[in-house]
Formats: sequence, structure tokens, C-alpha cells
Amino acid sequence: MQLSEKHLEYWSKNLRITAILLFIWFLVTFVTGYYSRELSFNFFGWTFAFWMAAQGSLIIYVVIIWYYARYMNNLDRDYDVHEGEDE
Amino acid sequence: MAGIPEASGTGGVFSAGSHKGFKSQLKKVYTWYTGGFVTFVILLAIAEQMGLSRQWIGYVFLLATVGLYAGIGVMSRTSDAAEYYVAGRRVPALFNGMATGADWMSAASFIGMAGTLYLTGFGGLAFVMGWTGGYCLVALFLAPYLRKFGQFTIPDFLGARYGGHIPRSVGIFAAILCSFTYVVAQIYGVGLITTRLTGVPFEIGIFLGLGGILVCSFLGGMRAVTWTQVAQYIILIIAYMIPVIWLSVKQTGIPIPQIVYGKQLEKVTALEEKFLKDPKELEVRGIFKARADEASANLKGLPATFSAGKAKLGGDIEKLKADNAPADQVAAAEKAAAAYPKDEAAAKAQWTKDAGLAARAAPPLRHAEAFPGKDDAARDVSRRNFLALVFCLMVGTAALPHILMRYYTTPSVRQARESVFWSLFFIFLLYFTAPALGVLAKFDVYSFLVGSEFAKLPQWAAAWAAVDPTLLSIVDINKDGIVQLAEIAIGGDIIVLATPEIAGLPYVVSGLVAAGGLAAALSTADGLLLTIANALSHDFYYKMLDPNASTARRVTISKILLLVVALVAATVAAQKPADILFLVSAAFSLAAAAFFPALVCGIFWKRANRWGATLGMIAGLGVTFYYMATTQPWLRGVFGVTGSVADHTWWGISAISAGLWGVPLGFIVIIVVSLLTPAPNREVQELVEHVRYPNLTGDTMVTTGT
Repeated sequence: MQLSEKHLEYWSKNLRITAILLFIWFLVTFVTGYYSRELSFNFFGWTFAFWMAAQGSLIIYVVIIWYYARYMNNLDRDYDVHEGEDE
Repeated sequence: MAGIPEASGTGGVFSAGSHKGFKSQLKKVYTWYTGGFVTFVILLAIAEQMGLSRQWIGYVFLLATVGLYAGIGVMSRTSDAAEYYVAGRRVPALFNGMATGADWMSAASFIGMAGTLYLTGFGGLAFVMGWTGGYCLVALFLAPYLRKFGQFTIPDFLGARYGGHIPRSVGIFAAILCSFTYVVAQIYGVGLITTRLTGVPFEIGIFLGLGGILVCSFLGGMRAVTWTQVAQYIILIIAYMIPVIWLSVKQTGIPIPQIVYGKQLEKVTALEEKFLKDPKELEVRGIFKARADEASANLKGLPATFSAGKAKLGGDIEKLKADNAPADQVAAAEKAAAAYPKDEAAAKAQWTKDAGLAARAAPPLRHAEAFPGKDDAARDVSRRNFLALVFCLMVGTAALPHILMRYYTTPSVRQARESVFWSLFFIFLLYFTAPALGVLAKFDVYSFLVGSEFAKLPQWAAAWAAVDPTLLSIVDINKDGIVQLAEIAIGGDIIVLATPEIAGLPYVVSGLVAAGGLAAALSTADGLLLTIANALSHDFYYKMLDPNASTARRVTISKILLLVVALVAATVAAQKPADILFLVSAAFSLAAAAFFPALVCGIFWKRANRWGATLGMIAGLGVTFYYMATTQPWLRGVFGVTGSVADHTWWGISAISAGLWGVPLGFIVIIVVSLLTPAPNREVQELVEHVRYPNLTGDTMVTTGT
């Protein structure tokens, strides 16, 4: 079957949000991780790097997934590719 | 058990009505269940006060929880394929999240993680980050698309997307390879916990636990496993939280350990600086160093040192006797002679062990310091390994078949996306708490155990040191009667197991923690066994050998295989294989290299074809395995690798992170080989479009398996 213009746009929007969120994931995990020794200022008792690895990054991961689910579920509706009601 | 049989005794609890009705019914059942479980624990606590013995508390916990899981298994029994393989695809996002949480968190997460964090400080956080951040990859790259594809297993997707039996076969092989080692470790954990809880022998413990696993997955497959896992999640999270919260209240007066442990970490850091310079600590570490040096020198001088040592002891006794020394001095010299190794082999073993004391001569590690090392080069290697491990654990998480399979069970793509969120949320609750537990336990040890008198050890320390010296041993090395930090040897597992006692809680909480560990191990074992049995029955037998097999026959075969695999795994676990922990961490690297590139390319790149995927999977697995075989001590022994480890490592990366090479190589091979061979046919391209859109008008393809 032939995909319409709208379908292609849906997919490229999906790729865009995937890339943005993946970039944030990378930044939080590997860039912050790489500079852990440098980021050793005190953050409410933790050194900042320790806090990021133990709590900060985890919170950001949860938010990334929550945001992706919300964004895509709305996008499905906007582009009329959503499934029948399942609630 | 209070409340539970009544609440779920209606029989039809786990069958479908409307989705909405089903969901609200589930909420009701599990709310009652949680209430019932809490009541049960409280009743048991009262019984303890009235004199119920520890042994009986153990028995009651074991029988009640395993009986409960078996009950859910019996109620959810089924022989329908969609029910058996994917729980009828109507598990709401929230509950699938809880089930995935229990499926995910194994005995290692529950019992081992906080201990690892205690022992390795910042370095242990690689596990916390790796095992949570991987869900970002699951959410962004895999879960919604696999749900739209909607078959039963991960090799199913490889088979349909790449066509032919070869990619499917590689998938089956890889799925069994990573799941089997993992399930052996879980059954081993079940044996250990059952033994601790009730005192039965290890082998019997294994088979008791196995009964609990089997009655559930055997009767009802994914359907029974799902609803049991939800129940197990609730038990394990309650069991994890209560002691930590209590410990936090005891130390700081605030019941939110996750927020207050920053302050405790500051105090721990101050204590570490004190221990680094404390003369008594230096003295003990000096004694260890001297002993280790002496043993190393003796080892080098074998066999001359053995006979010299023996002659000297003999000479001492002679001399004392000749000098008419007091009897006690002679007795002491004779005792020393008796303790001397009997022959050279014994001497070698003894001195090798003593040379290992060098580790205890090392200064205590700074808990909050990232990438410790003696110079910049060492710190650099430490940083590389930390990041490589995080990478492998993350990609491995997004490639383990027993986790990905769970996203086939939601009612829709929409709920699959939400379900990844709930999964990570429920996993997050535990992983957010584990580093707090590590620090709080460390604070307790550093400030109350260290500095106490040997005659008056804290009660929990005395008890555990008596029970199991591998978990805790405290010996007065410098004979000053006071405990120094360097005199304590602590095993990681004790942190979770002993927290209730450190916090001064009644024994019933210790039982609860053991029951939580059991729930974690059983739920993971359930999911893994299903994965292996399904790979064999569904992918190998049905798809490759006998495509005309009836549904009933497929399910029957799956059940038989499940029994066989479970028994084989239990037999292996009963041998207590030594390197089981390494094998578990190896599973992540192997899964990452085998599945992740092929799955992601299959969804995001239409041009990826059969040969690319097949060779990519083989190359990724191959290089990962090669790297492990040449750098991991146990595998080196198996394959007879010679030469030093350092010659075989690349950039100092350790064996556990071998997937760092396998994953990129997998991607490269898939891309290069696919471009060199013809593009996949029209039908495959349409399949890719089909999985990319939750609902495509005009799309007539139906991939959902029944």
C-alpha cells in the first residue's frame, strides 16, 4: 500500500522526538558520567556527580519515557493512526 | 492467609470482561490483596511477641507465599495459545508495569545491589543507572513496535522481518544462551533463601522453590506468571522499603531515606578521612600487609621455604625444651607446629590465600569518589570501564527476551508505551532506594560497629559473624580489644539481609525480607523459563518443524519443555557453579550484541535484510564471546587461553563489558552486508510500515498471533 504525505510526516515527527529524547538520555548518562570527577561540588550533602548517578539520572529517565508516551499517544490521534478505544 | 483467598476466590478474576471493568476489578483485587498481606505480617508479628519461634515464622512465610503463587497459578490455568503465551493481550499498562518490575528485579537486584553499592561506592552506581536507563531504549526503539507486530516471542519478529529459518534460529540460540545462565542463577538464589528461611538443606530448598515456580508457569503460562508477578512485586517492594525506612528513622528521625541520606553520606565521608589516617587503622592494615608479603615471599621460594619453615618450628620446640622453658611456652610452640601446613600442596594453598590478604591492607575506599585510582591513568581506565558497563547494561536491558516479551501482553500500542513508563516507575522505586540503604548501612557500621569493644559487639554483628563468616567476620588483628574498620570483612549480601536487625526490628521483618527476596527470584525465574520453553516449542517446534501443529498440541509441548528446562536448570544450580555471578552479567552483554542491532535495524531501516541481520547477529555475538573468553579468568581456563589478560584486553575494558565491542560491530555488519546484498522484498517493506503505525488505514496485514 502507498503511504500518504501525512503518514510520512507522522513518522518523521516520531523520528524527531526519538532523536531529541535519545540525545537527552545520552547527555545525562555519558556526558555527565564522563565528567563525574569534575562535577564534585556539594549538592545537599551528596557530591553532584554521585547524586546524578544515584537519583538525578533516574528521575530524568522516568520523565523521558513518560513524555514520549504522552507525546506519541497524542500524535497518534492528531494523525489519525490511533487504535480503537481500549480504555 | 488473611483476606486473599476470599478476595480472589471468585474464580473468574483473571478472565476478561470489558477492558474498563477488568481494570477496575484488578485494582480491587490487588488492593484487597495488599491489605491482606499487611494484615498477615502484622498477625505474624503479634504471634512472634506471643512466642512463635523463628523457625516457624520462616516456615509460615515460605508456605504462605509459595502457596499463594500456586493458588494464582491454579486459578489462571489455561491451554489457549494466546492466553498461554501472551496472557490474552489484555494486561493493562499499570499491571504490566508491575509484572515487568518483578520480572526484571532478580535476586541480584533485591539482595545483591545494596551490598554492591556498600562495597564499591560510586562504582556500583553503574548498575543503578544501567538497569534503569535501558528502559529509555525499550520505550523509544522497541516496545510500541513489537506490540504492533504482536506475535508471541522475539525470534518471531526476527523470523517475520528477515524471513527464513536462519535469523530465527540465531535468535532462538541467543535467547536460550542468555536466559539459561540467568535462570540457573535465580534458582540458585531460591535455594539460598529457602535454606536461610527454614533451615532445610540447599538441594531441598531448590526443589521446594522449583515447585512454586512450576505450578504457576506450568498451568497457566504467561497468564498465570503475569498475575503472580504483580503479587510478587507488591511483596518485594514492601519487604524492601520497611527496613530502610526504619533504619532512616533510627539514624535521622526522618522516614524518607532517599532524601536524608545525602547528610549521612557527608558524615560517612568525614569518617572515611578519619579512618585513612587513624594510627590504629594503619597498624591493622600494616599487619595485613606484612602477612601478605611474607606469604608471597614464601610462595616464590617454594619448595625450599616449606622445609625451612618446618625445620625452624621443630628447632624452636627443641630449644625451648632444652632451656627448660615454662610448659605454656612449649605448648604454644607445639601448637604453632601443628598448625603448619602438612605438605607442600597445603602450604601453597595456605600461602596463596594469605597473599590475598593484600586486599585487606588497602585503605578504605571513598564512597562518593568517582573513578578512584592511584594516578590519572588508573582513573582513566576506571572511568572507561564505568561508562562501558553502563552502556552494556542499558543495551542489554533493551535486548533481554523475557523483558521484551512482556510488551506483547498489553491490549494496545498506546498501552505498551504507557506500560514502559509504569515498568520503569516501579523499578525506580527500588533502585532509588538501594543507594540510600548502602549509605545508611555504612554509616551504622562506621559509627557504631567500628570502635566498639570485642566483648560488647552490637547484637546483630555478633549473631551474623557466628552464623556465616563469609558474610561477616570480625577478628581482633592487633589485639587491642577494639574493632577497627580494617578488622571487619563484610560480604555484600549481608546488607539487605541484616538491615532489619541493624535497625532493631523484630524477626518477622527478617522473614519478610527473605520472602521478598524469594519473590524477586521466583518471578524472574518464571519469566525466564517461559522464554526458553517458548523459544523451543513455539519458534523451533511449531514454526520450523511442524507448522500444522494444533494449538492444543503446541501448548502441551511448551508445558512439557518447561518442565524439562526447569529440571535441567535446577540440576545445574544444585552443583553450586562457582562463576554464576559472572555468567549473569555476561547475559547482558550477549543479549545486547545479539538482539539490539538486529531488532532496531529491523524497525528503523527498511533496507536491512536477511543476510545483514544474520551475519550481524553472529558477528556481534562472536566478538563479544571471543572477548570474554580471552579476558575472563574462568572462561580462559575453560578454553585454555594463555598469555596475560592485559595482552588480550582492548583499552583496558573488563570482560563484563564485552558488549561494548559486539553492539557496534553488529550494527556495522548489518549495514554493510545489507547494502551489498539485494533489498528485502515488497512484503517485508510493508511489514515495516505496518509496525511503525499503530493503525494504518488501508493496511490489510494482520500479524497478531492467535
